[in-house]
Amino acid sequence: MNVAAQSLWLIPALPLAAAGIGALTPRGGRMLAAGSAITALFASLVLSCLALNTALANPAVHAVHNFAWFDLGAGAVRLGWLLDPLTAFMCVMVTLVGLLIFIFSLGYMKEDANFTRFFCFLSLFAAAMLGLLVANSLLLLFICWELVGLASYLLIGFWFHKPSAAAAAKKAFITTRIGDLGFLLGILWLYDARGTLLFFDGGAGILEHASLAALSGQTVCCGLAAATAIGLLVFCGAIGKSGQFPLHVWLPDAMEGPTPVSALIHAATMVAAGVFLIARVYPLMEADKLLTAVPVHALTVVAFIGAITALLGAVIAVGQNDIKRILAFSTVSQLGYMMLALGVGSWVAAIFHLLTHAFFKALLFLGAGSVIHAAHHEQDIRRLGGLRGSMKTTFATFAIGMMALAGVPFLFSGFWSKEAILHAAHALDGSPALRSFGVVGQLPLAIGLAGVVLTAFYMTRLVAETFFGSARTAEAGDVHENSAVMTVPLVLLAVGSVALGFLGTPAFPWLQARLLGEAEVHGHSLLEGGGLMALSIVLVALGLGAGWALYGRRPRAAAAAIDPLAARAPGVVAALADRLGFDELYAATLGRLSDLLAMLAAGLDRWVWGGAVNVLAGLGRALGLISQGTDESVINASFDDAGAGLRGTGQVYSRAQTGDAHGYLRVTAIAFVIIVLIIVLGGIR
Amino acid sequence: MSALPWLSLIIFTPWVGALLLALSSRASAAACRAVALGFSLSTLLIGAVAWTHFDSAAGGYQLVERYPWISGLNVHYHLGLDGMSLLLVLLTGLVAPAALLASWRVERDARLFNLLFLLLQGAALGVFLALDFFHWFVFWELSLVPAFFLIRLWGGPGAAPAAYQFVIYTIAGSAFMLAAFAAIYAATGTLEFPQLADLAAKGSLAVKLGPAWATAVFLGVFLGLAVKVPLFPFHTWLPAAYAEAPTGASMFLTGVMSKMGVYGFLRILWPLFPAQLHAASGVLLWLALGGVVLGAFAALKQTDLKRMIAYSSINHVSYCLLALFAVAGATTSAPAAAASAFSGALLQMFNHGLSASALFFCVGVLEARSGGRRGLDDFGGARTAAPVFAGLCGIAMFSSLGLPGLNGFVGEFLIFRGVFGLAPWAAAVACLGLLATALFLLTFWQRVFHGPVASGARNFADLAPLEIATLLPGVVLMFLLGVMPQLLVGLINPLVTAWAAHLP
Repeated sequence: MNVAAQSLWLIPALPLAAAGIGALTPRGGRMLAAGSAITALFASLVLSCLALNTALANPAVHAVHNFAWFDLGAGAVRLGWLLDPLTAFMCVMVTLVGLLIFIFSLGYMKEDANFTRFFCFLSLFAAAMLGLLVANSLLLLFICWELVGLASYLLIGFWFHKPSAAAAAKKAFITTRIGDLGFLLGILWLYDARGTLLFFDGGAGILEHASLAALSGQTVCCGLAAATAIGLLVFCGAIGKSGQFPLHVWLPDAMEGPTPVSALIHAATMVAAGVFLIARVYPLMEADKLLTAVPVHALTVVAFIGAITALLGAVIAVGQNDIKRILAFSTVSQLGYMMLALGVGSWVAAIFHLLTHAFFKALLFLGAGSVIHAAHHEQDIRRLGGLRGSMKTTFATFAIGMMALAGVPFLFSGFWSKEAILHAAHALDGSPALRSFGVVGQLPLAIGLAGVVLTAFYMTRLVAETFFGSARTAEAGDVHENSAVMTVPLVLLAVGSVALGFLGTPAFPWLQARLLGEAEVHGHSLLEGGGLMALSIVLVALGLGAGWALYGRRPRAAAAAIDPLAARAPGVVAALADRLGFDELYAATLGRLSDLLAMLAAGLDRWVWGGAVNVLAGLGRALGLISQGTDESVINASFDDAGAGLRGTGQVYSRAQTGDAHGYLRVTAIAFVIIVLIIVLGGIR
Repeated sequence: MSALPWLSLIIFTPWVGALLLALSSRASAAACRAVALGFSLSTLLIGAVAWTHFDSAAGGYQLVERYPWISGLNVHYHLGLDGMSLLLVLLTGLVAPAALLASWRVERDARLFNLLFLLLQGAALGVFLALDFFHWFVFWELSLVPAFFLIRLWGGPGAAPAAYQFVIYTIAGSAFMLAAFAAIYAATGTLEFPQLADLAAKGSLAVKLGPAWATAVFLGVFLGLAVKVPLFPFHTWLPAAYAEAPTGASMFLTGVMSKMGVYGFLRILWPLFPAQLHAASGVLLWLALGGVVLGAFAALKQTDLKRMIAYSSINHVSYCLLALFAVAGATTSAPAAAASAFSGALLQMFNHGLSASALFFCVGVLEARSGGRRGLDDFGGARTAAPVFAGLCGIAMFSSLGLPGLNGFVGEFLIFRGVFGLAPWAAAVACLGLLATALFLLTFWQRVFHGPVASGARNFADLAPLEIATLLPGVVLMFLLGVMPQLLVGLINPLVTAWAAHLP
């Protein structure tokens, strides 16, 4: 198994090589760039499957291969690769979903002039994302973490001639960097406290017992355990990357990127990296779980941030009209569910939902892309309508994705993974801290249940407005189903969106058992905890019913017709359409603060520090008036002291002020170099 | 060991070139450029030879040349090479030829321009290799003269006041340093850095000077170095000087000359005055943080791209001093953190030299294409017309903002790791600088390269082969050193380990 860990680097290296090829390929080499990207990712998929096979043979083992990156003092900075079921499942998902999206892009980006560049950036992203997954070092993970951020920046701003895309790219980079600074501080703290950043290193790694015991035993400011403080700092990175409240504002804007990018990076994989990160360092996050005398536990914060985000995203999604923005806020909300699962103590539920979500959300985004591509880049659902008949495959697959996301019972994967989360929030077995809160501890569950209604509601609205009724504009009227290169990936993703759920049903939770490193699978009857399941099924039905009643039964007549919900509560819908004003709030506070600091820095420079120098210079000039030539002699004096060789230069300087520098310099330079050479040669002899 | 005086050759070969240029008054501009480039490249070549003779594991100074010079004054001609010197010699060898290539289009007095440039290069090399204050100071001051004329004669419209301020400010600082060394000489009778460092390590330097004088002398040397780096708030000469200088000179000023001050801090101030530096470190940490944070935020406010990069230089160089001051202020022994801080500071010097000179070159390209304009809003959409330029400039930019995978990250990460271990609050405050750096660099990128094609960027030609040749070596190194930092770390780690081990 260690041999497998040793060659794990190939999984990210192949797409990286493809990115290199893509970068050096001129614009004309479209097939070379796309071909190498797809071939490399396919090879990575095969390798990932082999790795998964190896990992499942011994699911409890964390196989590692560590090596020194560079020397540092008496030691070295070490990095490494890690193979365990978590890494392997994630690699298979990323390469499989990625491959389908790459293929879809062949069709979607066909007419783009920068087609080669697009595949180059996609490969770069895949390489960084896979590197992040196979890292056995928090440092290596952070390096890849920043590189996926770069790829995201480049791809959001892919249509850089659009000012909105350029601005969205910058916003994404800066917002996630704010979170990353907290992450960086957490890394620095860990490094300083433990002297290593390797996860597993034969007992010395940061996720192994000795380290966890030391970190949870050490108290830092405000009575926090060091493990809690570090855990929360690391979580800052996840907040930024995974679009959690309060740093969620960049993710909807990221929809300025081409739709396959939204599917791959801003739905299925990169934004889930924060969830993966917390799952990866879970032993650290829960190291404080048995401490009682601490003001807060790291996972409690994770649970509440996740719950707030889950609700916030779902609420705002109700008021959006752009097909991609609805899906984007839905992603924010679903990532919140995953964080909630992490926070209430079940990282395997979080990863289960991450995997199913990757398939059905990629499916939904590609479906949206298929619609946008066919409808001449119309993205407003009010201006679409009636696509059910003209785009049968897209409609059918999109409907499967929608039902998986909404949590329609039994057949669809989203139902099972969401159930796992709700059960964990109900049981709180892994979170004694939340459990001790009593009613407040059940708040995440309550919010999670509220989100279920909203999710079913906004997805019903999206499908009803887009696919039902009749075409409301010329763009929507003139659509045709896309070619197979785009529809086949949809079908395959739809298959995954159904099938994946059966890997983790309560009756046979195979995925959960393997992730936890258990060789046996202990299922239990569906009737156990059936009450909660029944409740959530009722809530799904409620959401679907309300959505259909408002939007499906009497379809919108015209693009400009008023929204039935807005007719009932105009103020609320306007606030939701405005995303509850977070952007404005941040611009007025943080943006203003940064402007002020910049003005202060520039002003200090100009008036205070520069002013002091000018005052000094003015004094010098005044003295010079009293005693002619003071300036000159002051300046020259320092040269004189420096020795005879410099005297000539001092004269050059004073001579230059008379404006006759040219000829004089030549002579001095010759003289100077000769003098120095004589001295040197004399010295050598 | 080898028979040839490699270090003298490194210093004086550029000056031989200057001499040749001075003598050949009829040479064409093209010939002058070729000669200058050839002699400028000698640093890299001879530096590489010196590298092969250099045993990084051995420690101490190597390839030493030491001869009595003015025996009555106990002045020696004393050159020596350690990992830090070698690093900076190689950096000079990379930046100087690139700066000359960037100046290929200078037509007015091309011979004088190239001559001055070679003088400047030799003087900077002398600073990195001299071990006796006497000729170290000669090199130190001498570097100002050609720099002054390069700014004054080939600079922008505001060049005259900028050049005067630059020279007078720096000389004023140096005067204090000179006076301080006069006192040291009077007390100890030697001006050689290794001897003085030994005295300081034994504690007898402070005894010989007496407590009051020791503080005064420390302050004198500190002022001279602080102005040169520059340390906040002694930096006000820098934005104007860097912005008004011609592109090639800006590249050399930021790439190499800004390292002379940091080098002085590490070579002179810290070994000679550890106790004084320790006592002052509380204030100095704040000053370094001022450079890191206010430098970056001031850059955010600039509309002149050259001034923006100049402020970014203040920010980046301040990280090096932040690392040193954190080590100097440490109250407990933390060799791992100290080694990290030192390694980071040395790598940062090299990395900043590469990225900042590349960025100044990119602004120079913009100026050349637009008839001298370099405002933040003068362009827009340039990536459409010049994708290669946009790509290479973008790589330099991401290197500068510390993106992992490129060289800048390694140095900054090590500095932060070291500073966090020694003064955690300072590392937390310095994070603001990282954020502001990302903000202004991405703003630069967005306004210049993105958006619809603006009038300033229509007819914008992509990089010519010569321009690619100027930029490409640095960009390749950014990747190489980002992935394999061991290439440089191998040179400096034994040195750094020794420094960290000798901390109190």
